[in-house]
Amino acid sequence: MAKTIIEFQDIVKEYGDTKVLKGINFEIEQGKFYTLLGPSGCGKTTILRIIAGFTDATRGNVMFDGKKINNVPANKRKVNTVFQDYALFPHLNVFDNVAFPLNLRKVPKKEIRTKVLDALRMVQLSGFEEREISEISGGQQQRVAIARALVNEPDVLLLDEPLSALDMKLRKEMQYELRALQQRLGITFIFVTHDQEEALAMSDEIFVMNAGQILQTGSPVDIYDEPINHFVADFIGESNIVRGHMVADYRVAFAGKEFDCVDAGMRQNEPVEVVIRPEDLDITTVEKGALTITVDTQLFRGVFFEITGHDDTGNMWRIQSIHSTEVGAKVGAYFDPEDIHVMRFNESEEDFDARLETYEGEDSDR
Amino acid sequence: MKQSKAFYYIPYGLWIGLFVIAPVVLIVYQSFFSVSGHFTLGNYANYFHSGVYLKMTFNSVWYAFLITALTLLISYPTAYLLNQLRHKQLWLLLIILPTWINLLLKTYAFIGLLSRGGSVDNFLSIVGIGPKQLLFTDASFLFVATYIEIPFMILPIYNAIAELSPSYVNASRDLGASSWQTFSRVIFPLTLDGVKSGVQAVFIPSLSLFMITRLIGGNRVITLGTAIEQHFLVTQNWGMGSTIGVVLIVAMLITMLLTGERRKKRRTNHAK
Repeated sequence: MAKTIIEFQDIVKEYGDTKVLKGINFEIEQGKFYTLLGPSGCGKTTILRIIAGFTDATRGNVMFDGKKINNVPANKRKVNTVFQDYALFPHLNVFDNVAFPLNLRKVPKKEIRTKVLDALRMVQLSGFEEREISEISGGQQQRVAIARALVNEPDVLLLDEPLSALDMKLRKEMQYELRALQQRLGITFIFVTHDQEEALAMSDEIFVMNAGQILQTGSPVDIYDEPINHFVADFIGESNIVRGHMVADYRVAFAGKEFDCVDAGMRQNEPVEVVIRPEDLDITTVEKGALTITVDTQLFRGVFFEITGHDDTGNMWRIQSIHSTEVGAKVGAYFDPEDIHVMRFNESEEDFDARLETYEGEDSDR
Repeated sequence: MKQSKAFYYIPYGLWIGLFVIAPVVLIVYQSFFSVSGHFTLGNYANYFHSGVYLKMTFNSVWYAFLITALTLLISYPTAYLLNQLRHKQLWLLLIILPTWINLLLKTYAFIGLLSRGGSVDNFLSIVGIGPKQLLFTDASFLFVATYIEIPFMILPIYNAIAELSPSYVNASRDLGASSWQTFSRVIFPLTLDGVKSGVQAVFIPSLSLFMITRLIGGNRVITLGTAIEQHFLVTQNWGMGSTIGVVLIVAMLITMLLTGERRKKRRTNHAK
């Protein structure tokens, strides 16, 4: 296991009466790509600001490399930030912006030049040294900001929604580049975003946040396949969420029928929510389908048709299908037991993990 | 469409023509005539050869510089502090408020405060320093002039600091700069335009101060403003007065060029 570099111990942040962070605990390991994901106002940027040292935590400890750093000022932390608005100094050109942290440390001129040129080459901006900040595009400014943050060789790089100002195409490009950069340098990245696609594509580990709390921590695949609750399921990707109840272990009832599933460890007849991703539903004939669905709308999305409809008990379903159908038609929807994910109400992440442990252990015994 | 556009130019054109161009042309024209009404370059020769006028010019520039330096010294920290306060608009208003009162009234108020037997003098006696000659000293002149000019320096600096994005400060700290380095390398350079505007707004009027030099400074400090007033009203030498006026206008233009925004592209050479 990699070394823990940053640890939050019960961090609470209050502004007057409003609690922005309600007891945050996590550990950040060295060399991984982390993403804080959540809707705006969930406290993710506040966490970043506490790590960087721009704001203090009201309560709790921030540990860096095993030492408490609550009172260490921002300029003494081995952490650098790429700001949402880049915050490049408009009175300095590209070279001087990147050289800024080196000039502060009185690094010899020759060394500065080598380091700055290296940093600019790393973000593919060689030859832009003499440009003014106002003369380069948003995407290029973004790269300068990254070069400036990395030239100090920080242990951790914080990125505060750095791609939000870029257009779709550039964004996708930068996602690849950032991920590649992180893997090449082996520096810990902590990336803040409200874009779930971005989070899924880039991260080793995602913290899903809402209203000042971390709801779920895990790899992109874990979080996508096994969301802990309604919020996470809804926020990450698209989902069909319907109410049902557990009949027994590995047996769940919803939409007026009973189905096999792969979830267990709940009380008998416990009310639950069932998640099935739109891409896991296949359109078939009514006879072969597990559910009978009346098609309400159909949209062509290029790669697939997006079909919405309702079943006999009134649940809405969204299906992504490569085959088209007709509005008003009755079709069958087919899915496998593994496609069903069952969520309990108000289950904490600890309990969720513990429950998974019990029966996933059994799985491997069988 | 074209006609209506021309219509809007009328007030501005009249203003510029009557109150800016015509007076300047008249002053330049007047400066080439001697007391007796003959065309001459003598006024300029006189100006540049007589030690009196050059000394006055030096005095004007020197005192304007002192006033500007003092106001800047007080105004920058004040503007910076105002921006950190909770009700900053209110505090700013309190500083602007005195500018709404007539300049002459304020000056007379200072005469009352600083004169023999005035409030300040009495206070000094009470605390045991004893009565002092306060009015008609260089110090009181600088003090009052600085007091009057401060709002004009604070305002542009305040605005420049208010517009400064806090993320620049955060970025600077984040990259390892101490508070002082952040100030000297980021905050000050980025608010320099405000400082320049403030310097313009204070230095240029200070060059031609004359009322305060007389009422508070007791004419101990003779500046170009005083000289112009004397030539027009007392000696009736309009030619010489205009010549000094032209010199002042040139001095203002130079100041504006020095403190104006640089259009030139900065191309620094790094160790290559």
